[in-house]
Amino acid sequence: MSAPAQAVRERGRTALPHAGPSLWLLAPAALLFVTFAVVPLLGAIGLSLTSWNGLGVPAWTGFDNWRDVYSDPVTWHTIRLSLLVMVGSWVVQTPLSLLLGVYLAGGRRSRAVVGVAYFLPLLLSSAAVGLTWKNLLDPNFGLTSTAPAGPLSHAWLGDPRTALAAVVVIVAWHFVPLHTLLYQAGVRQIPRSLYEAAAMDGASTLQQFRSITLPQLKYTIVTSSVLVLVGSLTYFDLVFVLTGGGPGDATRILPLHMYLTGFQATEMGKASAIAAVLAVIGLLLSLALTRFSGFSRMQSQQEGL
Amino acid sequence: MTVVDEAAPRTSERAPAPTGRRAPSWRVNWPGGVGALVWLVVVLVPIYWVLITSLRTQQDFFGDHPLALPAEPSLDNYLVVFELGFARYFLNSGIVTVAAVALTVFVSLLAAYTIVRSSRPLARRAFSLFLLGLAIPVQSAIIPIFYMITKLGLYDSLTAVVLPSAAFAIPITVIIFCSFMRDIPGELFESMRLDGAGEWRILWRLVLPLSKPAILTTAIYNGVNVWNNFLFPLVLTQSPGTRTLPLALWTFQGELTINVPAMMAAVVLSALPPLTLYVFGRRQLVAGLTAGFGK
Repeated sequence: MSAPAQAVRERGRTALPHAGPSLWLLAPAALLFVTFAVVPLLGAIGLSLTSWNGLGVPAWTGFDNWRDVYSDPVTWHTIRLSLLVMVGSWVVQTPLSLLLGVYLAGGRRSRAVVGVAYFLPLLLSSAAVGLTWKNLLDPNFGLTSTAPAGPLSHAWLGDPRTALAAVVVIVAWHFVPLHTLLYQAGVRQIPRSLYEAAAMDGASTLQQFRSITLPQLKYTIVTSSVLVLVGSLTYFDLVFVLTGGGPGDATRILPLHMYLTGFQATEMGKASAIAAVLAVIGLLLSLALTRFSGFSRMQSQQEGL
Repeated sequence: MTVVDEAAPRTSERAPAPTGRRAPSWRVNWPGGVGALVWLVVVLVPIYWVLITSLRTQQDFFGDHPLALPAEPSLDNYLVVFELGFARYFLNSGIVTVAAVALTVFVSLLAAYTIVRSSRPLARRAFSLFLLGLAIPVQSAIIPIFYMITKLGLYDSLTAVVLPSAAFAIPITVIIFCSFMRDIPGELFESMRLDGAGEWRILWRLVLPLSKPAILTTAIYNGVNVWNNFLFPLVLTQSPGTRTLPLALWTFQGELTINVPAMMAAVVLSALPPLTLYVFGRRQLVAGLTAGFGK
Protein backbone atom coordinates (compact mmCIF):
# COMPACT_ATOMS: atom_id res chain seq x y z
CA MET A 1 0.00 0.00 0.00
CA SER A 2 2.75 2.38 0.89
CA ALA A 3 4.68 2.00 -2.37
CA PRO A 4 1.82 3.09 -4.65
CA ALA A 5 0.92 5.88 -2.27
CA GLN A 6 4.44 7.15 -2.46
CA ALA A 7 4.38 6.86 -6.24
CA VAL A 8 1.24 8.92 -6.31
CA ARG A 9 2.78 11.59 -4.20
CA GLU A 10 5.86 11.64 -6.39
CA ARG A 11 3.85 11.73 -9.59
CA GLY A 12 1.62 14.38 -8.18
CA ARG A 13 4.61 16.47 -7.42
CA THR A 14 6.32 15.98 -10.76
CA ALA A 15 3.15 16.05 -12.82
CA LEU A 16 2.19 19.55 -11.79
CA PRO A 17 5.12 21.50 -13.21
CA HIS A 18 5.03 19.29 -16.33
CA ALA A 19 1.33 19.98 -16.75
CA GLY A 20 0.33 16.99 -18.83
CA PRO A 21 1.98 14.37 -21.00
CA SER A 22 5.45 14.60 -22.42
CA LEU A 23 5.72 16.72 -25.53
CA TRP A 24 7.73 13.92 -27.12
CA LEU A 25 4.47 12.21 -27.96
CA LEU A 26 3.87 15.03 -30.42
CA ALA A 27 7.14 14.34 -32.19
CA PRO A 28 6.21 11.53 -34.61
CA ALA A 29 3.16 13.32 -36.04
CA ALA A 30 4.91 16.68 -36.16
CA LEU A 31 8.02 15.19 -37.75
CA LEU A 32 6.11 13.37 -40.47
CA PHE A 33 3.86 16.32 -41.17
CA VAL A 34 6.63 18.91 -41.21
CA THR A 35 8.95 16.74 -43.32
CA PHE A 36 6.48 15.83 -46.03
CA ALA A 37 4.11 18.81 -46.02
CA VAL A 38 5.57 21.99 -44.48
CA VAL A 39 9.17 21.64 -45.63
CA PRO A 40 8.12 20.82 -49.22
CA LEU A 41 5.85 23.86 -49.24
CA LEU A 42 8.85 26.04 -48.36
CA GLY A 43 11.05 23.94 -50.64
CA ALA A 44 8.88 24.91 -53.58
CA ILE A 45 9.89 28.53 -53.01
CA GLY A 46 13.55 27.49 -52.90
CA LEU A 47 13.31 25.39 -56.05
CA SER A 48 11.52 28.22 -57.85
CA LEU A 49 14.84 30.11 -57.73
CA THR A 50 16.66 27.33 -59.56
CA SER A 51 16.75 25.68 -62.92
CA TRP A 52 16.20 21.93 -62.54
CA ASN A 53 15.21 19.22 -65.00
CA GLY A 54 14.18 16.72 -62.32
CA LEU A 55 17.28 14.58 -62.60
CA GLY A 56 20.48 16.55 -62.14
CA VAL A 57 21.34 19.18 -59.53
CA PRO A 58 19.19 22.32 -59.27
CA ALA A 59 21.19 25.35 -60.43
CA TRP A 60 20.63 28.77 -58.89
CA THR A 61 19.03 31.20 -61.32
CA GLY A 62 17.52 33.82 -59.04
CA PHE A 63 14.20 35.24 -60.11
CA ASP A 64 14.34 34.08 -63.75
CA ASN A 65 11.50 31.60 -63.30
CA TRP A 66 9.34 34.19 -61.63
CA ARG A 67 9.91 36.61 -64.52
CA ASP A 68 9.08 33.78 -66.92
CA VAL A 69 5.91 32.85 -65.11
CA TYR A 70 4.85 36.47 -64.79
CA SER A 71 5.38 37.32 -68.45
CA ASP A 72 3.90 34.05 -69.77
CA PRO A 73 0.33 34.63 -70.99
CA VAL A 74 -0.41 30.93 -70.30
CA THR A 75 0.01 31.58 -66.56
CA TRP A 76 -2.69 34.23 -66.59
CA HIS A 77 -4.87 32.06 -68.78
CA THR A 78 -4.62 29.13 -66.32
CA ILE A 79 -5.27 31.39 -63.32
CA ARG A 80 -8.36 32.73 -65.08
CA LEU A 81 -9.54 29.16 -65.82
CA SER A 82 -8.97 28.16 -62.19
CA LEU A 83 -11.04 31.09 -60.99
CA LEU A 84 -13.76 30.20 -63.51
CA VAL A 85 -13.82 26.60 -62.22
CA MET A 86 -14.02 27.88 -58.63
CA VAL A 87 -16.91 30.25 -59.31
CA GLY A 88 -18.66 27.75 -61.58
CA SER A 89 -18.32 24.96 -59.01
CA TRP A 90 -19.75 27.16 -56.29
CA VAL A 91 -22.67 28.28 -58.43
CA VAL A 92 -23.54 24.71 -59.46
CA GLN A 93 -22.80 22.81 -56.26
CA THR A 94 -24.00 25.10 -53.49
CA PRO A 95 -27.70 25.57 -54.38
CA LEU A 96 -28.00 21.99 -55.59
CA SER A 97 -26.52 20.36 -52.49
CA LEU A 98 -28.33 22.80 -50.20
CA LEU A 99 -31.71 21.88 -51.65
CA LEU A 100 -30.93 18.17 -51.79
CA GLY A 101 -29.59 18.20 -48.23
CA VAL A 102 -32.68 19.96 -46.90
CA TYR A 103 -34.90 17.50 -48.76
CA LEU A 104 -33.01 14.44 -47.52
CA ALA A 105 -33.07 15.68 -43.93
CA GLY A 106 -36.83 15.06 -43.92
CA GLY A 107 -37.19 11.91 -41.89
CA ARG A 108 -38.84 9.58 -44.37
CA ARG A 109 -37.53 6.14 -45.06
CA SER A 110 -37.59 6.52 -48.85
CA ARG A 111 -35.26 9.48 -48.51
CA ALA A 112 -32.78 7.41 -46.53
CA VAL A 113 -32.64 4.97 -49.47
CA VAL A 114 -32.17 7.84 -51.93
CA GLY A 115 -29.45 9.21 -49.67
CA VAL A 116 -27.50 5.96 -49.96
CA ALA A 117 -27.69 6.09 -53.77
CA TYR A 118 -26.55 9.74 -53.76
CA PHE A 119 -23.45 8.73 -51.89
CA LEU A 120 -22.09 6.41 -54.59
CA PRO A 121 -20.12 8.93 -56.74
CA LEU A 122 -18.15 9.95 -53.67
CA LEU A 123 -16.74 6.43 -53.30
CA LEU A 124 -15.34 6.35 -56.83
CA SER A 125 -11.80 7.60 -57.32
CA SER A 126 -11.23 10.68 -59.48
CA ALA A 127 -9.54 8.42 -62.01
CA ALA A 128 -12.64 6.20 -62.15
CA VAL A 129 -14.97 9.19 -62.47
CA GLY A 130 -12.78 10.68 -65.18
CA LEU A 131 -12.61 7.45 -67.15
CA THR A 132 -16.36 6.93 -66.83
CA TRP A 133 -17.38 10.38 -68.02
CA LYS A 134 -14.78 10.51 -70.74
CA ASN A 135 -16.32 7.43 -72.31
CA LEU A 136 -19.89 8.40 -71.48
CA LEU A 137 -19.41 11.67 -73.39
CA ASP A 138 -17.43 10.13 -76.23
CA PRO A 139 -18.77 11.62 -79.46
CA ASN A 140 -18.52 8.31 -81.35
CA PHE A 141 -19.90 5.64 -79.05
CA GLY A 142 -20.82 7.36 -75.78
CA LEU A 143 -24.29 7.99 -74.42
CA THR A 144 -24.45 11.41 -76.07
CA SER A 145 -23.76 9.85 -79.49
CA THR A 146 -27.18 8.16 -79.44
CA ALA A 147 -29.04 11.39 -78.80
CA PRO A 148 -30.79 12.92 -81.80
CA ALA A 149 -28.74 15.61 -83.50
CA GLY A 150 -28.84 18.78 -81.47
CA PRO A 151 -27.28 20.15 -78.32
CA LEU A 152 -27.23 16.77 -76.52
CA SER A 153 -25.13 15.02 -79.16
CA HIS A 154 -22.46 17.66 -78.78
CA ALA A 155 -18.84 16.58 -78.13
CA TRP A 156 -18.81 18.35 -74.78
CA LEU A 157 -15.23 17.57 -73.79
CA GLY A 158 -13.84 17.88 -77.31
CA ASP A 159 -15.05 21.41 -77.98
CA PRO A 160 -12.86 24.11 -76.43
CA ARG A 161 -15.95 26.27 -75.88
CA THR A 162 -17.76 23.69 -73.73
CA ALA A 163 -14.92 21.60 -72.23
CA LEU A 164 -14.53 23.71 -69.10
CA ALA A 165 -18.28 23.76 -68.44
CA ALA A 166 -18.36 19.97 -68.85
CA VAL A 167 -15.51 19.66 -66.35
CA VAL A 168 -17.39 21.84 -63.84
CA VAL A 169 -20.50 19.65 -64.18
CA ILE A 170 -18.52 16.41 -63.79
CA VAL A 171 -16.74 17.79 -60.71
CA ALA A 172 -20.20 18.61 -59.35
CA TRP A 173 -21.37 15.06 -60.05
CA HIS A 174 -18.45 13.78 -57.99
CA PHE A 175 -18.72 16.21 -55.05
CA VAL A 176 -22.37 17.25 -54.66
CA PRO A 177 -22.93 14.09 -52.56
CA LEU A 178 -20.38 15.28 -49.99
CA HIS A 179 -21.96 18.70 -49.66
CA THR A 180 -25.47 17.27 -49.62
CA LEU A 181 -24.34 15.24 -46.64
CA LEU A 182 -23.00 18.33 -44.86
CA TYR A 183 -26.29 20.20 -45.39
CA GLN A 184 -28.32 17.17 -44.35
CA ALA A 185 -26.36 17.02 -41.09
CA GLY A 186 -26.74 20.79 -40.69
CA VAL A 187 -30.51 20.67 -41.07
CA ARG A 188 -30.79 17.89 -38.49
CA GLN A 189 -29.18 20.20 -35.93
CA ILE A 190 -31.93 22.82 -36.31
CA PRO A 191 -34.27 22.68 -33.31
CA ARG A 192 -37.70 21.32 -34.29
CA SER A 193 -39.39 23.84 -32.01
CA LEU A 194 -38.55 26.63 -34.46
CA TYR A 195 -40.60 24.95 -37.16
CA GLU A 196 -43.39 24.12 -34.77
CA ALA A 197 -43.67 27.74 -33.72
CA ALA A 198 -43.59 28.90 -37.34
CA ALA A 199 -46.21 26.34 -38.37
CA MET A 200 -48.46 27.54 -35.56
CA ASP A 201 -48.11 31.07 -36.86
CA GLY A 202 -49.23 29.76 -40.23
CA ALA A 203 -45.92 30.10 -42.07
CA SER A 204 -45.76 28.25 -45.40
CA THR A 205 -43.06 25.71 -46.23
CA LEU A 206 -41.31 28.28 -48.38
CA GLN A 207 -41.46 30.92 -45.65
CA GLN A 208 -40.08 28.41 -43.14
CA PHE A 209 -37.24 27.59 -45.51
CA ARG A 210 -36.39 31.25 -46.00
CA SER A 211 -36.65 32.46 -42.44
CA ILE A 212 -35.59 29.38 -40.45
CA THR A 213 -33.65 26.87 -42.53
CA LEU A 214 -31.43 29.28 -44.47
CA PRO A 215 -30.33 31.47 -41.52
CA GLN A 216 -29.79 28.40 -39.33
CA LEU A 217 -27.59 26.83 -42.01
CA LYS A 218 -25.34 29.91 -42.20
CA TYR A 219 -22.25 28.18 -40.84
CA THR A 220 -22.84 25.05 -42.87
CA ILE A 221 -23.04 27.17 -46.00
CA VAL A 222 -19.76 28.85 -45.10
CA THR A 223 -18.01 25.55 -44.38
CA SER A 224 -19.29 23.93 -47.53
CA SER A 225 -18.36 26.99 -49.60
CA VAL A 226 -14.81 26.99 -48.24
CA LEU A 227 -14.49 23.34 -49.17
CA VAL A 228 -15.91 23.94 -52.66
CA LEU A 229 -13.69 26.96 -53.38
CA VAL A 230 -10.43 25.61 -51.97
CA GLY A 231 -11.18 22.16 -53.39
CA SER A 232 -11.86 23.37 -56.91
CA LEU A 233 -8.76 25.57 -56.90
CA THR A 234 -6.59 22.53 -56.26
CA TYR A 235 -8.54 20.08 -58.35
CA PHE A 236 -6.18 18.06 -60.47
CA ASP A 237 -6.67 14.32 -60.96
CA LEU A 238 -10.15 14.37 -62.52
CA VAL A 239 -9.22 17.02 -65.08
CA PHE A 240 -5.92 15.27 -65.77
CA VAL A 241 -7.73 12.02 -66.64
CA LEU A 242 -10.67 13.68 -68.40
CA THR A 243 -8.96 16.13 -70.73
CA GLY A 244 -5.26 16.37 -69.84
CA GLY A 245 -5.80 20.13 -70.02
CA GLY A 246 -7.13 20.08 -73.58
CA PRO A 247 -8.47 20.58 -76.10
CA GLY A 248 -5.65 23.07 -76.64
CA ASP A 249 -5.37 24.89 -73.32
CA ALA A 250 -9.11 24.99 -72.72
CA THR A 251 -9.05 23.13 -69.37
CA ARG A 252 -5.45 23.77 -68.31
CA ILE A 253 -6.21 24.85 -64.75
CA LEU A 254 -3.42 26.04 -62.44
CA PRO A 255 -2.46 22.73 -60.73
CA LEU A 256 -2.50 20.97 -64.09
CA HIS A 257 -0.32 23.72 -65.56
CA MET A 258 2.13 23.17 -62.71
CA TYR A 259 2.21 19.39 -63.26
CA LEU A 260 2.61 19.62 -67.04
CA THR A 261 5.34 22.25 -66.75
CA GLY A 262 7.23 20.25 -64.13
CA PHE A 263 6.81 16.62 -64.98
CA GLN A 264 6.14 16.73 -68.70
CA ALA A 265 8.17 19.71 -69.90
CA THR A 266 10.65 18.94 -67.03
CA GLU A 267 11.01 22.60 -66.10
CA MET A 268 10.88 21.96 -62.36
CA GLY A 269 12.06 25.43 -61.39
CA LYS A 270 9.35 27.17 -63.35
CA ALA A 271 6.79 24.65 -62.11
CA SER A 272 7.87 25.39 -58.53
CA ALA A 273 7.16 29.07 -59.09
CA ILE A 274 3.68 28.10 -60.33
CA ALA A 275 3.29 25.83 -57.30
CA ALA A 276 4.18 28.75 -55.04
CA VAL A 277 1.56 30.91 -56.76
CA LEU A 278 -0.97 28.13 -56.22
CA ALA A 279 -0.04 27.84 -52.54
CA VAL A 280 -0.30 31.59 -52.03
CA ILE A 281 -3.73 31.77 -53.68
CA GLY A 282 -4.87 28.73 -51.69
CA LEU A 283 -3.62 30.04 -48.34
CA LEU A 284 -4.96 33.56 -48.95
CA LEU A 285 -8.31 32.10 -49.94
CA SER A 286 -8.50 29.90 -46.82
CA LEU A 287 -7.41 32.76 -44.59
CA ALA A 288 -9.86 35.20 -46.13
CA LEU A 289 -12.73 32.76 -45.93
CA THR A 290 -11.99 31.66 -42.38
CA ARG A 291 -11.43 35.22 -41.20
CA PHE A 292 -14.63 36.29 -42.89
CA SER A 293 -16.58 33.50 -41.26
CA GLY A 294 -15.01 33.72 -37.81
CA PHE A 295 -11.96 31.60 -37.14
CA SER A 296 -13.14 30.05 -33.89
CA ARG A 297 -16.23 28.71 -35.60
CA MET A 298 -14.15 27.17 -38.35
CA GLN A 299 -12.14 25.21 -35.84
CA SER A 300 -15.10 23.09 -34.99
CA GLN A 301 -16.65 23.19 -38.44
CA GLN A 302 -13.73 22.11 -40.56
CA GLU A 303 -13.57 18.80 -38.79
CA GLY A 304 -15.92 17.46 -41.37
CA LEU A 305 -13.47 18.15 -44.18
CA MET B 1 -28.15 10.53 -34.17
CA THR B 2 -28.78 8.58 -37.35
CA VAL B 3 -30.27 5.69 -35.43
CA VAL B 4 -32.87 7.90 -33.84
CA ASP B 5 -33.70 9.60 -37.09
CA GLU B 6 -34.36 6.42 -38.99
CA ALA B 7 -36.51 5.02 -36.26
CA ALA B 8 -38.47 8.24 -35.86
CA PRO B 9 -41.07 7.87 -38.62
CA ARG B 10 -42.04 4.42 -37.43
CA THR B 11 -42.72 5.48 -33.85
CA SER B 12 -44.54 8.58 -34.97
CA GLU B 13 -46.93 6.42 -36.99
CA ARG B 14 -47.93 4.59 -33.85
CA ALA B 15 -48.01 7.41 -31.33
CA PRO B 16 -50.51 10.13 -32.18
CA ALA B 17 -48.79 12.99 -30.35
CA PRO B 18 -45.52 13.09 -32.35
CA THR B 19 -47.48 12.83 -35.61
CA GLY B 20 -49.17 16.10 -34.80
CA ARG B 21 -45.84 17.71 -34.06
CA ARG B 22 -44.32 16.45 -37.26
CA ALA B 23 -47.24 17.69 -39.34
CA PRO B 24 -45.29 20.37 -41.28
CA SER B 25 -42.74 17.88 -42.65
CA TRP B 26 -45.47 15.43 -43.66
CA ARG B 27 -46.88 17.80 -46.22
CA VAL B 28 -46.14 16.46 -49.70
CA ASN B 29 -43.22 18.36 -51.18
CA TRP B 30 -43.67 18.04 -54.94
CA PRO B 31 -40.87 20.31 -56.22
CA GLY B 32 -38.45 18.73 -53.75
CA GLY B 33 -39.46 15.21 -54.71
CA VAL B 34 -39.21 15.84 -58.43
CA GLY B 35 -35.83 17.59 -58.08
CA ALA B 36 -34.48 14.80 -55.92
CA LEU B 37 -35.67 12.25 -58.46
CA VAL B 38 -33.98 14.09 -61.33
CA TRP B 39 -30.70 14.17 -59.43
CA LEU B 40 -31.10 10.48 -58.60
CA VAL B 41 -31.30 9.76 -62.35
CA VAL B 42 -28.22 11.95 -62.97
CA VAL B 43 -26.32 9.97 -60.31
CA LEU B 44 -27.49 6.51 -61.23
CA VAL B 45 -27.44 6.53 -65.05
CA PRO B 46 -23.62 6.75 -65.31
CA ILE B 47 -23.24 4.09 -62.61
CA TYR B 48 -25.75 1.84 -64.35
CA TRP B 49 -23.92 2.44 -67.64
CA VAL B 50 -20.58 1.45 -66.07
CA LEU B 51 -22.06 -1.76 -64.68
CA ILE B 52 -23.80 -2.96 -67.85
CA THR B 53 -20.92 -1.91 -70.10
CA SER B 54 -18.55 -3.99 -67.99
CA LEU B 55 -20.73 -7.04 -68.80
CA ARG B 56 -20.83 -6.44 -72.57
CA THR B 57 -18.69 -7.92 -75.30
CA GLN B 58 -16.86 -5.44 -77.45
CA GLN B 59 -19.11 -6.16 -80.44
CA ASP B 60 -22.18 -5.48 -78.31
CA PHE B 61 -20.60 -2.29 -77.13
CA PHE B 62 -20.43 -0.87 -80.64
CA GLY B 63 -23.77 -2.32 -81.74
CA ASP B 64 -26.19 -2.01 -78.82
CA HIS B 65 -27.80 1.08 -77.42
CA PRO B 66 -25.56 2.24 -74.53
CA LEU B 67 -28.32 1.83 -71.96
CA ALA B 68 -29.78 -1.48 -73.21
CA LEU B 69 -29.16 -4.57 -71.12
CA PRO B 70 -26.36 -6.66 -72.66
CA ALA B 71 -27.65 -9.44 -74.95
CA GLU B 72 -25.26 -11.99 -73.50
CA PRO B 73 -23.84 -10.68 -70.25
CA SER B 74 -20.43 -12.14 -69.51
CA LEU B 75 -17.66 -11.67 -66.99
CA ASP B 76 -14.93 -11.98 -69.63
CA ASN B 77 -13.92 -8.35 -69.23
CA TYR B 78 -13.10 -8.99 -65.60
CA LEU B 79 -10.78 -11.80 -66.72
CA VAL B 80 -9.07 -9.43 -69.17
CA VAL B 81 -8.52 -6.98 -66.34
CA PHE B 82 -6.97 -9.63 -64.12
CA GLU B 83 -4.71 -10.76 -66.97
CA LEU B 84 -3.42 -7.20 -67.09
CA GLY B 85 -2.08 -7.59 -63.57
CA PHE B 86 -5.00 -6.16 -61.63
CA ALA B 87 -4.36 -8.44 -58.64
CA ARG B 88 -0.92 -6.90 -58.23
CA TYR B 89 -2.32 -3.34 -58.36
CA PHE B 90 -5.04 -4.32 -55.93
CA LEU B 91 -2.44 -5.62 -53.50
CA ASN B 92 -0.29 -2.50 -53.91
CA SER B 93 -3.25 -0.22 -53.18
CA GLY B 94 -4.13 -2.36 -50.17
CA ILE B 95 -0.61 -2.23 -48.74
CA VAL B 96 -0.33 1.53 -49.26
CA THR B 97 -3.76 2.18 -47.74
CA VAL B 98 -3.33 0.00 -44.66
CA ALA B 99 0.19 1.25 -43.98
CA ALA B 100 -0.67 4.93 -44.43
CA VAL B 101 -3.85 4.68 -42.33
CA ALA B 102 -2.16 2.74 -39.52
CA LEU B 103 0.75 5.20 -39.43
CA THR B 104 -1.59 8.22 -39.47
CA VAL B 105 -3.87 6.92 -36.73
CA PHE B 106 -0.98 5.92 -34.47
CA VAL B 107 0.98 9.18 -34.61
CA SER B 108 -2.18 11.34 -34.58
CA LEU B 109 -3.47 9.57 -31.49
CA LEU B 110 -0.26 10.38 -29.59
CA ALA B 111 -0.29 13.96 -30.85
CA ALA B 112 -3.95 14.61 -30.08
CA TYR B 113 -3.58 13.14 -26.58
CA THR B 114 -0.69 15.50 -25.90
CA ILE B 115 -2.46 18.52 -27.35
CA VAL B 116 -5.62 17.89 -25.32
CA ARG B 117 -3.94 17.00 -22.03
CA SER B 118 -0.95 19.32 -22.04
CA SER B 119 -1.23 22.92 -20.91
CA ARG B 120 2.09 23.97 -22.43
CA PRO B 121 2.00 26.65 -25.10
CA LEU B 122 3.93 24.45 -27.53
CA ALA B 123 1.05 21.96 -27.58
CA ARG B 124 -1.36 24.71 -28.52
CA ARG B 125 0.98 25.92 -31.23
CA ALA B 126 1.20 22.40 -32.61
CA PHE B 127 -2.58 22.39 -32.93
CA SER B 128 -2.47 25.66 -34.89
CA LEU B 129 0.20 24.16 -37.14
CA PHE B 130 -2.02 21.19 -37.97
CA LEU B 131 -4.99 23.49 -38.46
CA LEU B 132 -3.02 25.57 -40.93
CA GLY B 133 -1.92 22.35 -42.59
CA LEU B 134 -5.45 21.78 -43.79
CA ALA B 135 -4.97 24.63 -46.23
CA ILE B 136 -1.74 23.35 -47.83
CA PRO B 137 -2.49 22.39 -51.44
CA VAL B 138 -0.89 18.99 -52.08
CA GLN B 139 0.08 20.02 -55.60
CA SER B 140 2.16 22.93 -54.29
CA ALA B 141 4.36 20.54 -52.36
CA ILE B 142 4.63 17.76 -54.92
CA ILE B 143 7.86 18.81 -56.66
CA PRO B 144 9.91 19.09 -53.44
CA ILE B 145 8.33 15.83 -52.25
CA PHE B 146 9.51 14.24 -55.49
CA TYR B 147 12.97 15.75 -54.87
CA MET B 148 13.15 14.43 -51.31
CA ILE B 149 11.83 10.98 -52.17
CA THR B 150 14.44 10.68 -54.94
CA LYS B 151 17.20 11.85 -52.61
CA LEU B 152 16.09 9.35 -49.95
CA GLY B 153 16.35 6.60 -52.56
CA LEU B 154 12.67 5.76 -52.13
CA TYR B 155 11.50 6.64 -55.64
CA ASP B 156 9.33 3.95 -57.26
CA SER B 157 8.64 2.16 -53.96
CA LEU B 158 5.39 1.81 -52.03
CA THR B 159 7.01 3.58 -49.06
CA ALA B 160 7.36 6.64 -51.28
CA VAL B 161 3.55 6.80 -51.53
CA VAL B 162 2.86 5.88 -47.89
CA LEU B 163 4.91 8.66 -46.24
CA PRO B 164 3.37 11.74 -47.92
CA SER B 165 -0.09 10.14 -47.88
CA ALA B 166 0.18 9.78 -44.11
CA ALA B 167 1.66 13.26 -43.72
CA PHE B 168 -1.24 14.93 -45.50
CA ALA B 169 -3.82 12.86 -43.60
CA ILE B 170 -2.39 13.89 -40.21
CA PRO B 171 -3.94 17.39 -39.83
CA ILE B 172 -7.56 16.36 -40.23
CA THR B 173 -7.02 13.22 -38.15
CA VAL B 174 -5.39 15.11 -35.27
CA ILE B 175 -8.18 17.70 -35.33
CA ILE B 176 -10.94 15.08 -35.24
CA PHE B 177 -9.15 13.19 -32.44
CA CYS B 178 -8.69 16.41 -30.46
CA SER B 179 -12.33 17.39 -30.63
CA PHE B 180 -13.25 13.86 -29.60
CA MET B 181 -10.80 13.59 -26.70
CA ARG B 182 -11.86 16.94 -25.30
CA ASP B 183 -15.15 15.26 -24.43
CA ILE B 184 -13.44 12.65 -22.24
CA PRO B 185 -13.98 13.85 -18.66
CA GLY B 186 -10.76 15.03 -17.03
CA GLU B 187 -11.61 13.11 -13.86
CA LEU B 188 -10.97 9.85 -15.71
CA PHE B 189 -7.41 10.90 -16.51
CA GLU B 190 -6.83 12.15 -12.97
CA SER B 191 -8.16 9.01 -11.32
CA MET B 192 -5.95 6.83 -13.53
CA ARG B 193 -3.00 9.01 -12.67
CA LEU B 194 -3.85 8.70 -8.99
CA ASP B 195 -3.81 4.94 -9.45
CA GLY B 196 -0.23 5.35 -10.59
CA ALA B 197 -0.73 4.81 -14.32
CA GLY B 198 1.91 6.20 -16.70
CA GLU B 199 1.34 7.87 -20.05
CA TRP B 200 1.36 4.68 -22.07
CA ARG B 201 -1.01 2.92 -19.71
CA ILE B 202 -3.44 5.85 -19.84
CA LEU B 203 -3.20 5.90 -23.60
CA TRP B 204 -3.69 2.17 -23.95
CA ARG B 205 -6.34 1.63 -21.29
CA LEU B 206 -8.32 4.86 -21.36
CA VAL B 207 -7.76 6.96 -24.50
CA LEU B 208 -7.64 4.14 -27.02
CA PRO B 209 -10.89 2.40 -26.00
CA LEU B 210 -12.79 5.66 -25.60
CA SER B 211 -11.55 7.00 -28.95
CA LYS B 212 -12.66 3.95 -30.89
CA PRO B 213 -15.45 5.75 -32.81
CA ALA B 214 -13.08 8.56 -33.82
CA ILE B 215 -10.41 6.04 -34.84
CA LEU B 216 -12.91 4.14 -36.96
CA THR B 217 -14.18 7.36 -38.55
CA THR B 218 -10.75 8.67 -39.48
CA ALA B 219 -9.54 5.23 -40.58
CA ILE B 220 -12.44 4.84 -43.00
CA TYR B 221 -12.25 8.43 -44.22
CA ASN B 222 -8.48 8.39 -44.75
CA GLY B 223 -8.69 4.86 -46.12
CA VAL B 224 -11.05 5.90 -48.92
CA ASN B 225 -8.87 8.95 -49.63
CA VAL B 226 -5.59 7.07 -49.80
CA TRP B 227 -7.13 4.26 -51.82
CA ASN B 228 -8.39 6.78 -54.39
CA ASN B 229 -5.29 9.00 -54.40
CA PHE B 230 -3.83 9.64 -57.81
CA LEU B 231 -1.14 12.31 -57.56
CA PHE B 232 1.36 10.61 -55.24
CA PRO B 233 1.48 7.32 -57.17
CA LEU B 234 1.59 9.25 -60.44
CA VAL B 235 4.62 11.31 -59.43
CA LEU B 236 6.43 8.99 -57.03
CA THR B 237 6.22 5.61 -58.77
CA GLN B 238 7.02 4.45 -62.23
CA SER B 239 7.08 0.69 -62.78
CA PRO B 240 4.04 -1.62 -63.02
CA GLY B 241 5.32 -3.43 -59.91
CA THR B 242 4.52 -0.41 -57.70
CA ARG B 243 1.42 0.78 -59.56
CA THR B 244 -1.71 1.43 -57.49
CA LEU B 245 -5.28 1.07 -58.73
CA PRO B 246 -6.20 4.64 -59.73
CA LEU B 247 -2.96 4.89 -61.67
CA ALA B 248 -3.63 1.48 -63.24
CA LEU B 249 -7.02 2.76 -64.41
CA TRP B 250 -5.32 5.65 -66.12
CA THR B 251 -2.67 3.49 -67.79
CA PHE B 252 -5.39 1.06 -68.94
CA GLN B 253 -6.53 3.84 -71.22
CA GLY B 254 -3.35 3.35 -73.17
CA GLU B 255 -3.19 -0.43 -72.94
CA LEU B 256 -6.82 -1.10 -73.74
CA THR B 257 -7.29 1.85 -76.10
CA ILE B 258 -10.83 1.18 -77.29
CA ASN B 259 -11.73 -1.81 -75.11
CA VAL B 260 -14.17 0.29 -73.12
CA PRO B 261 -16.01 -2.70 -71.55
CA ALA B 262 -12.74 -3.91 -69.98
CA MET B 263 -12.01 -0.39 -68.74
CA MET B 264 -15.40 -0.26 -67.06
CA ALA B 265 -14.77 -3.65 -65.46
CA ALA B 266 -11.61 -2.13 -64.04
CA VAL B 267 -13.60 0.87 -62.76
CA VAL B 268 -16.07 -1.47 -61.02
CA LEU B 269 -13.29 -3.51 -59.41
CA SER B 270 -11.46 -0.40 -58.21
CA ALA B 271 -14.62 0.80 -56.45
CA LEU B 272 -15.34 -2.45 -54.64
CA PRO B 273 -13.15 -1.90 -51.54
CA PRO B 274 -14.45 1.62 -50.79
CA LEU B 275 -17.98 0.33 -51.42
CA THR B 276 -17.45 -2.55 -49.00
CA LEU B 277 -16.07 -0.14 -46.39
CA TYR B 278 -19.13 2.03 -46.93
CA VAL B 279 -21.56 -0.86 -46.55
CA PHE B 280 -20.01 -1.96 -43.27
CA GLY B 281 -19.05 1.43 -41.90
CA ARG B 282 -21.76 3.68 -43.29
CA ARG B 283 -22.79 5.24 -39.99
CA GLN B 284 -19.18 5.82 -39.04
CA LEU B 285 -18.19 7.21 -42.43
CA VAL B 286 -21.13 9.60 -42.54
CA ALA B 287 -20.48 10.62 -38.96
CA GLY B 288 -16.86 11.26 -39.87
CA LEU B 289 -17.74 13.37 -42.86
CA THR B 290 -20.12 15.52 -40.85
CA ALA B 291 -18.28 15.49 -37.52
CA GLY B 292 -18.17 18.67 -35.52
CA PHE B 293 -21.42 20.18 -36.70
CA GLY B 294 -23.63 21.89 -34.19
CA LYS B 295 -20.81 22.40 -31.71
